[in-house]
Amino acid sequence: MSASSVVAPRLVGGIRSVVHSFRRARLLLNVLVALIAIFWLMPSVSLAIFSLRPEALFQQSGWWNALLKPSELTLENYQVLLSEGLVAGGPLDSLITSFEITVPSTILVTVIASLAAYSLVFGRWRGRGSLFLVIVGLMVVPIQVALIPVVQLYREFGSLTGFNPFGTVTGVVIFHVAFGLPFGIFLMHNFYAAIPKELLEAGRIDGADDWQLFRRLALPLGLPAAASLSIFQFIWVWNDLLIALVFLGGNRHVTLTIFLFDQIRYLAANYWIISTGGMVSIFVPLIVFFTFQRYFVRGILAGAVK
Amino acid sequence: MARRTGSPLTFLSARPRRTRAVDGGNGLGRGWRIHLGSFAFLAPGLVWLLTIAVYPLVATIRNSFYDSTSTNYVGITNYRAVFSTASILVTFRNNVIWVLVFPFLVTFVGLGYAVLAERIRWSTAFKTVVFMPIVFSATASGLVWRTIFDLDPHVGIVNATIQTASSWVDPPGLYPIDTSAGQSVAALASTGVVAGPSDSLQTASTVQAGDVAELGLTGMRPAALQLAGAEKAVVPDPFLGSVSGLVWRDFSPSNPSAKGQVLADEDGIPGLRLSLIRSDGSIAGSTTTDKHGGFRFDRVGGGRFRVQIDARNFGSGFTGIFWLGTRSLTPTNGLNQTAQAILSVPLVDLSMIVAYLWIWAGFAMVVIGAGLAALDREVLEAARIDGASEWQMFRRVTMPMLSPVLVVVLMTMLISVLKIFDIILNMAPGSSQEDANTLALGMYNYGFTGLGDWGLASAIAVILLILVIPAMAFNLRRIRG
Repeated sequence: MSASSVVAPRLVGGIRSVVHSFRRARLLLNVLVALIAIFWLMPSVSLAIFSLRPEALFQQSGWWNALLKPSELTLENYQVLLSEGLVAGGPLDSLITSFEITVPSTILVTVIASLAAYSLVFGRWRGRGSLFLVIVGLMVVPIQVALIPVVQLYREFGSLTGFNPFGTVTGVVIFHVAFGLPFGIFLMHNFYAAIPKELLEAGRIDGADDWQLFRRLALPLGLPAAASLSIFQFIWVWNDLLIALVFLGGNRHVTLTIFLFDQIRYLAANYWIISTGGMVSIFVPLIVFFTFQRYFVRGILAGAVK
Repeated sequence: MARRTGSPLTFLSARPRRTRAVDGGNGLGRGWRIHLGSFAFLAPGLVWLLTIAVYPLVATIRNSFYDSTSTNYVGITNYRAVFSTASILVTFRNNVIWVLVFPFLVTFVGLGYAVLAERIRWSTAFKTVVFMPIVFSATASGLVWRTIFDLDPHVGIVNATIQTASSWVDPPGLYPIDTSAGQSVAALASTGVVAGPSDSLQTASTVQAGDVAELGLTGMRPAALQLAGAEKAVVPDPFLGSVSGLVWRDFSPSNPSAKGQVLADEDGIPGLRLSLIRSDGSIAGSTTTDKHGGFRFDRVGGGRFRVQIDARNFGSGFTGIFWLGTRSLTPTNGLNQTAQAILSVPLVDLSMIVAYLWIWAGFAMVVIGAGLAALDREVLEAARIDGASEWQMFRRVTMPMLSPVLVVVLMTMLISVLKIFDIILNMAPGSSQEDANTLALGMYNYGFTGLGDWGLASAIAVILLILVIPAMAFNLRRIRG
């Protein structure tokens, strides 16, 4: 009997046990990650179920019981909420107001930031570098430092021209654009800076002016960055509470976040109806997120790591 | 930078001279136009930033030295008020708690998730699930987490989970007594019963083998008795060598004032856990009452005993923790108000940190994950070939290479929690708002709610600005370097 016939089974057994323990570790790892995923999903699921369970069941049993008995879910709460229709301050009216603020803010920031970033990257005037650093510095300035003076500014503007932006959608948009610009310029700047300068020089030699270069070169090349910025800005403005709370003042039309905030304050523990408002408020950002996830993540990465 | 010759170049060279001809060959004029042209692009953004961000920043610094309506100069009065008002010192304390705990926690969790996600096949799904909360408004997230931490175990899943777990260890008794509502076990004693040690009840006199003990209780909830299946009270016969007796509801609906005797319309109290206690305090036996309230301890031997109705019959079990309350995790009893304001750590802060972790862990995971993906594979391979273990590779190779990314996540989260505002406004219930308050929220509260003190609010805003300056400097150095 040769030595190999003794060793071989042992070797095979050893490999088998290694493979076996490896598989078990893999299984454990997957179970662990699955548990984390369930835990992370739980709050969102609970919000959805709260909004779909009738009021009568709310005090009786926990929302998790609906996981075993999905038949108890209804659209009742949504009907109650939507039955208010377009009344000022109601959910549908707030949805419209949120769009009225978010869409112009997003477009303005994207366009103005793209133009400014082009100038900062490809312009030939002195002090571009220092100005860019100032703008980067503005990125972390808390909006709290601007609230009161801007309210005062709006009032002065109102007494001069007869139009006081305070308490209007315009006033909210103006503020949002100012505090969206630093990040917007930063993001577009970094993207444009990666475009080879020679490309632009070639265009200049060919006689293109800045507007043409911007439209024909920077804009199409910078489209992915502009998309990231738009989505980022859209979600940021959509979810804002503070700026709307301050600058919408006593306006009867409010944003969805204010609508929800008021409900939380005044309806305290009536979670079934508040959750329905909560679902309405996260619906739009969720659609944006799942449609443009790639651009959103890119925007976040661009903001965090240079 | 590598020179790229991609499609954009061909796009331009494809139509070389069709874009407007060179303006008359006037070099100076053309240069001027280029300067003007690109500078004009900057103008809208610059004007916007100067008016709505830079000027207000300066104006706020000015306002912070003026009174509540920004009309009269008051010197450093507002700053004095900031540092001497207990409710504002609370905001500093909370900012310190957030800054010390949150950035490290979220970076640690994000790193863990990024490493885990690299090792599974369904990492895209996992990342999406963890990342998703970032698109919710803090208002919606605050609402969600408010329900999760709700006091009522029928609503809050955290308290429901603890309740389920604790009912195995410490199940509620059949006849729970709510001590927080002012009820007490001792008040149940009616006939032949006195309060025993630690919320138990005992016979007033001692008994011995062959005796029949009668223990009368009042104040039992009829619903609890019905649920336990109580029937008419029956006095058992004496039994040789045993201690027998009954526990009954010493209350007759037809004759409410009659106490001390077992009447025809009085019920026994079933399901009570009883112990027989020797004179030295040791336990001689235990039993449970039947549906007529009767019980018997057999073969008890000599000596004298007391019958004890155990405390666990009256335990109310776990009734919920107020996670969003202001109970401090650090002992602050006996300190003055200012010291309490500075040193306590309210529970609501930690609950909100958990909620904020839920929102931001995805961000940390994605950024760190991108950092991991960009690591130099060759270095990792070299370490592997040199025989480094997984852990050694992580500690000695991956971590040092990853540290710049970790610092970026830390700094971003640090800035975020310095300015933390809406999660507190929406998650902390009204009763906890003042204890959960932060600088950013305090600025809003003082400036825009109630009468509105713009001087004080501006002073808080300036302090907030000063606090983010180190982070600003870090950002600038990173971008320059």
